[in-house]
Amino acid sequence: MGTKDCGHQISMSTPSPGEAGETGDWRTERPVLSSVHCLAVKQDDLSCQLCWVYCPDVCLSQGVPPLVDLRYCKGCGICAEVCPVDAIRMVPEDEAGGAPAPEEARR
Amino acid sequence: MSDAITAVMTGNEAAATAARLARVQVVAAYPITPQSPVVETLSRWVEEGELPAELVRVESEHSALTVCIAAASVGARVFTATSANGLAYMNEQIWWAAGARLPVVMGCANRAMAAPWNVLNDQQDSMSVRDAGWVQLYCRNNQEILDSTLQAYRIAETQHLPVLVCYDGFLLSHTVMPVEIPSQAAVDEFLPHRAPLPVLDPADPRNVGPVTLADPRPNAEGVLCHGYMELRALHHRALTGALSAIPDADQAFARTFGRSWGGLTFGHLLDDAEVALVAAGSLTQELGVAAETLRGEGIRAGVLGIRTYRPFPREAIRAALAGKRLALVFDKAVSYGHEGPICSDVRGATAGLAGAPPVYGAVAGLGGRDVTAAQLADAARRASADARAGLSERPEEWVNLRL
Repeated sequence: MGTKDCGHQISMSTPSPGEAGETGDWRTERPVLSSVHCLAVKQDDLSCQLCWVYCPDVCLSQGVPPLVDLRYCKGCGICAEVCPVDAIRMVPEDEAGGAPAPEEARR
Repeated sequence: MSDAITAVMTGNEAAATAARLARVQVVAAYPITPQSPVVETLSRWVEEGELPAELVRVESEHSALTVCIAAASVGARVFTATSANGLAYMNEQIWWAAGARLPVVMGCANRAMAAPWNVLNDQQDSMSVRDAGWVQLYCRNNQEILDSTLQAYRIAETQHLPVLVCYDGFLLSHTVMPVEIPSQAAVDEFLPHRAPLPVLDPADPRNVGPVTLADPRPNAEGVLCHGYMELRALHHRALTGALSAIPDADQAFARTFGRSWGGLTFGHLLDDAEVALVAAGSLTQELGVAAETLRGEGIRAGVLGIRTYRPFPREAIRAALAGKRLALVFDKAVSYGHEGPICSDVRGATAGLAGAPPVYGAVAGLGGRDVTAAQLADAARRASADARAGLSERPEEWVNLRL
């Protein structure tokens, strides 16, 4: 029996959105970063990066500005809390607009 | 096989040797007496380059079995071993390995469960996981540990079931005896690798054992999938199917290596016996001595050994016990508040059988309490007299109890 057969000897399934560790669809709010306020952008170097340091799910990559991986971000808001210049706002998903997270696009 | 060699080794070394001959690819285990030398031996072989396997050091038995489950899920041949509280610590993953139908092979150097702490032998540990859906084989000597471990891979990979190879702690695990080591070529021929049911591929991810509720339901692609109960019925059928697969493996083993262990059960002086002494593991060897003593006194005794405890060989036991005057079952475990587990199962198997003997239970050897052939013969004499007196039932006897 191949891995694509379903339900014969054992229970198997294809990972659907939110499974296989893709926790992005748990989120009710997403972090939205304002490049105008971000210290790294202002100084045009790899400074601050506190959001990257504190993200418990390693969803932020270092950068100018740091980037959020919305496939995995659960929307906990720690990045917004630790940002010293309040450059990150937590925006409810239904108000976020813009491009959907990748896992949403797959639906 | 002419190119086999004979070495003097402990039961633990026999188990490790079998794992090496089976070319296991992943070994994960946590030390616990009396099993520790199994993984110490394998660890040394991996370190010395004799065994090209991944040896994963873990922080607990729960993780040891989890590593084996994960490795088996991607198609690796795996081995682990444990005892007593280590086996108990694995309990959640014991059920997972079985339900995911993974061909994990595990050695169990049988040891008493704590509390109170005790490192010596009885069979309470493996008996406590008898219902989890693993095959359970019990060994009587070190050669059988090696041979049964090799057979276990064949059974596991044909039936898609995990197999627990049980052998009495210290009595076998730390006792040396001559063991014939088959050649690698012969073992390779006996054990062609078969892939487990769910071979995971990172390029094409799958969930194994996702939430599966009571009723059959279509999956995301619209294919109707079994519900929990259907999967459990298939699992149960695989175990009952092992009642054929286990003797088949034993006979195929005998054709290749010239040794057979009886498949499901074995007898010693049993055919013409009127008193059948029933047990699993090394105790059957002392019972053999006891039976010979009793025959010298005019009590025709014989031994019925339970080699396969799960699946339970009901028909073989009925056939072996029909027409006997008495079956006396010795358990090295207790279902507390009831009776010995093998005794219960033998009673159930013989219920309604024409010519079924009365089945008496005896509990022996808990926590390493010595069990001598003389004590076993005494117990059999008392039981034989009670059966002659017409007792169809009798409270179980605790052999050599000093209360």
